[in-house]
Amino acid sequence: MKIVMAIIKPFKLEEVRDALTGIGVHGLTVTEVKGYGRQKGHTEIYRGAEYAVSFLPKLKIEVAVAADQVAKVIDAISTSAKTGQIGDGKIFVYAIDQAVRIRTGETDADAL
Amino acid sequence: MTIKNWMRAGLPAMATTALFAVAALAQEAAAPATDAVADAVTVDKGDITWMMVSTILVLFMTVPGLALFYGGLVRAKNMLSVLMQVTVIAAVMMLLWVFYGYSLAFTSGNAFIGGFEKAFLAGVTTESLADTFSKGVKIPEYVFMAFQMTFSAITPALIIGAFAERMKFSAILLFCILWVTLVYYPIAHMVWFSEGYLFGLGALDFAGGTVVHINAGIAGLVGCLLVGKRTGFGKELMPPHSLPFAMVGASVLWVGWFGFNAGSNLEANAGTTLALVNTFVATAGAIVGWTLIEWLAKGKPSMLGAISGMVAGLVAITPAAGLSGPIGAIVLGFVASIVCFFFCTTVKNALGYDDSLDVFGVHGIGGIVGAIGTGVVVAPALGGPGIADYAMGHQVWVQVQAVAVTIVWGGVVSAILYKVVDVIVGLRPSVEKEREGLDIVEHGERAYHS
Repeated sequence: MKIVMAIIKPFKLEEVRDALTGIGVHGLTVTEVKGYGRQKGHTEIYRGAEYAVSFLPKLKIEVAVAADQVAKVIDAISTSAKTGQIGDGKIFVYAIDQAVRIRTGETDADAL
Repeated sequence: MTIKNWMRAGLPAMATTALFAVAALAQEAAAPATDAVADAVTVDKGDITWMMVSTILVLFMTVPGLALFYGGLVRAKNMLSVLMQVTVIAAVMMLLWVFYGYSLAFTSGNAFIGGFEKAFLAGVTTESLADTFSKGVKIPEYVFMAFQMTFSAITPALIIGAFAERMKFSAILLFCILWVTLVYYPIAHMVWFSEGYLFGLGALDFAGGTVVHINAGIAGLVGCLLVGKRTGFGKELMPPHSLPFAMVGASVLWVGWFGFNAGSNLEANAGTTLALVNTFVATAGAIVGWTLIEWLAKGKPSMLGAISGMVAGLVAITPAAGLSGPIGAIVLGFVASIVCFFFCTTVKNALGYDDSLDVFGVHGIGGIVGAIGTGVVVAPALGGPGIADYAMGHQVWVQVQAVAVTIVWGGVVSAILYKVVDVIVGLRPSVEKEREGLDIVEHGERAYHS
């Protein structure tokens, strides 16, 4: 079992969700986050005060899937979230030690 | 436009006719009703209605207009402190006005301050009348008193924007009580009362450019210098927490300002409609002015810029509302907006003081441009209504004197009052409390729960 975690542009969320649903992924967690990478921030001007805003709003999505599905998920996300511009985001994959579905008590692969 | 309408402005020749001397004259006349009939006094229901509407409109400027405009411009942790300051200041100022303010501003005393003969509204009844600018036309003294009360309620509330986010509630209240007593009432008396010093000079101030805006602007400037910068100023981000609130507040100010400006004619007549038109078009010119200059100078036209221009234009047209033609008003609004933009974006940064919400940059500077500009746009050659014995050079000089007196009086007395308040209750909360936000530490509540 793996978690595929991706940082994406906020307006790409619906496309990503559609792509994941299309390959049979049925669960997704979304968190609003801020951060910076290679994409430069922007400047906000309030009358005379200029602020360099370096932390940009992004969405963090997390999908828990069986290990053999990881390649498909990465492909779906990277295709649907891509604009070709700096700031499209990144995908990270890491292992899950255990999984439990709270309602039924099912564990691991059955809980995904 | 007839000669009647600009008399508030205070022509030297007319000074002795005691426009607002209302007071004594009306009081004495009120008792024997037969005298009033003999003098053919007209009290028109249309005038009374308009003045009641105007009075309520000026209240609307303060709450919620000014409160939301200022509140939207501070950080979320200080939102309620600003709303609370504006609300409670307005309430306290209304009480003081009834207790002794109206008397100090609008009764005979000397050239600088009135007396206590109408303290606690002594002698003000449903029978007593106040003069308007038309001979023989009067309005009930109650509505005149209430209309002027709303002006004294909003002016101290304007000041707090200069030191928003960093002054104790107790200190603000104490300062405003002292300030309105020792600065606002005397300046109002000097400018608007027939025996006042600036009235006698012939200074033109239709609706309160010097009394309200320059006065508040200079008090704000002195305040932000003496209170000091916000903790973290220049190092941390301090963007407005809600420009939508600020936009709503500024727009409410605009609507309410029709009461402020057109109501200042004290009647519902043709002169009032000129003030109404000018309050539209000067403001429109100012919004376009700020938007254009910001677009050119900074690359993007901002919402905050548009509403800053809106307020700058309203401030600038205030002294000239009934004393300018519409085209002169547009030019005045446009020019004031450009000057205020330059001041708020360049001069303030160069000087490095922390006038949180640009009270001086908009009200002070816009008020000065408007007050001096009034001496220009009143010229018949420029489409203005003109005044008797008008000479532009002379009138501009008189306007400059009125501005100077206000700045010196307001600046010096305000500085002393801030020091007095600092000794009595202390001006600032501790740095930790300021960082926590005034909403929690001063008022025990939060504006937003997430």
